[in-house]
Amino acid sequence: MDVLTATLAWLLDPIHWSGPDGIPTRIAEHLAISIVSLAAAGLVALPVGAIIGHTGRGGTLAVNLANLGRAVPSYAVLVIVLPPALQLAPTLGYEPSLGLSEIPTFTAMFLLAIPPILVNTYGGLREVDRDLVEAARGMGMRERQILFRLEAPLAMPVIVGGIRTSAVQVVATATLGAVVAYGGLGRYIVDGIARNENDRLFAGVVLVAGLALAAEGLLALVQRLLSPRGLPSAGEHAFRNLAEVPAPPAFLP
Amino acid sequence: MRPGEPLLDVAWIADHLDDIAFRLGQHVLIAVIAVAVGLAISMALALWARRAPWLRGPVTGIAGVLYTIPSLALFAALLPFTGLTLLTAEIPLVLYTLLILFRNIMAGFDGVPADVAEAADGMGYRSAERLLQIELPLAVPLIIAGVRLASVSTIGLVMIVSLLGKNLGGLGVFITEGIQTFFATKVYVGAALSVALAIAIDLLLVWLERRATPWSRARAARAVAAD
Repeated sequence: MDVLTATLAWLLDPIHWSGPDGIPTRIAEHLAISIVSLAAAGLVALPVGAIIGHTGRGGTLAVNLANLGRAVPSYAVLVIVLPPALQLAPTLGYEPSLGLSEIPTFTAMFLLAIPPILVNTYGGLREVDRDLVEAARGMGMRERQILFRLEAPLAMPVIVGGIRTSAVQVVATATLGAVVAYGGLGRYIVDGIARNENDRLFAGVVLVAGLALAAEGLLALVQRLLSPRGLPSAGEHAFRNLAEVPAPPAFLP
Repeated sequence: MRPGEPLLDVAWIADHLDDIAFRLGQHVLIAVIAVAVGLAISMALALWARRAPWLRGPVTGIAGVLYTIPSLALFAALLPFTGLTLLTAEIPLVLYTLLILFRNIMAGFDGVPADVAEAADGMGYRSAERLLQIELPLAVPLIIAGVRLASVSTIGLVMIVSLLGKNLGGLGVFITEGIQTFFATKVYVGAALSVALAIAIDLLLVWLERRATPWSRARAARAVAAD
């Protein structure tokens, strides 16, 4: 149990709790890229999911695109974006270091976060009883009112479930940012492997896993708080999009 | 990445076709082992959970926690114990498939209509026969949906192994070496092939599902005819 003792000693050492390579800085970096990517993905996926979910048009295409997107590994996105992001730096006038780390990491996390939010927003809205929507229309509610006052609240647990899945995946995968020189908690793992320092490596493992589990727990709570009373409990919606049937690609005979 | 370097060095690709084929094969092999073992474990757990329903919550919970742990962290955590062996690659890959597969197998069994199961009992099917001849075939679409998600995510995760060491990372090895030596062609070869591989496996499983459930196509055709 050497490794455990060494890891604990590493984690408790005050040297590792300050400065640019300190744990608070690395956690802040990790959360910063996760929150920014998730917010950007939400800004795209929520409105698109809401529109196709409300109108029912373009749903198959969107779900197929989202499933295709899931097939693209984040590590591949990260490295595909890297060379052009680096080369465009002088032309577009940003710091080359942004092209080396922030832009690839952001792009990979952004693309990773879109499918669960999109699929769940669309699916959640589609699941709302059509009779209720017809009744609302009959009562003279406008489309916008139907969306925001009827469909969105009823679909909320499913939508938040999608955000939760995305958030946990992003927090977990942002670890890879360290490979392209972004900071975050992955730094300890990548450096630990490179320098052959098991205590640093394991401290990174513990911190990253802890952060991902904390994000999962926090969002499960948010999901429960945002679920309208009278609906099935939030727990039943956790990870629900994982158990969903991916639609076969549209171009197949 | 190097100044003046062409984005794709075709000569390098032509020179390294053997290497590329080897890594592609390695990638597929590691992923197939992981999904196959994961499917076997999940199926055993699901069959057990059907007899002991209390098991479902804990299994989903534990698999969910495992699924949350970042892949690089889990691979790295095993490194001091199992070294750079196939086991270090397979253990996390198998663990990550459990949540998706177990949930989908259970959902597949849940989806078998109660009257169908009762009809089978009435016709004198024994429990094992009912499972193999009635319930399992009806659960196939959801099980294959799970296998599709698990396969695609496993193919992505195999690449992460290349960050630990270069013997077992499949196509990820090209990416990791490409970044370390600033050689864009290697990066693109690894990235493009891994994306293509994931999509190809996904399509293969869609095809397999259609072959395995001919009745669903007949039903779809009837539905179209009814319109």
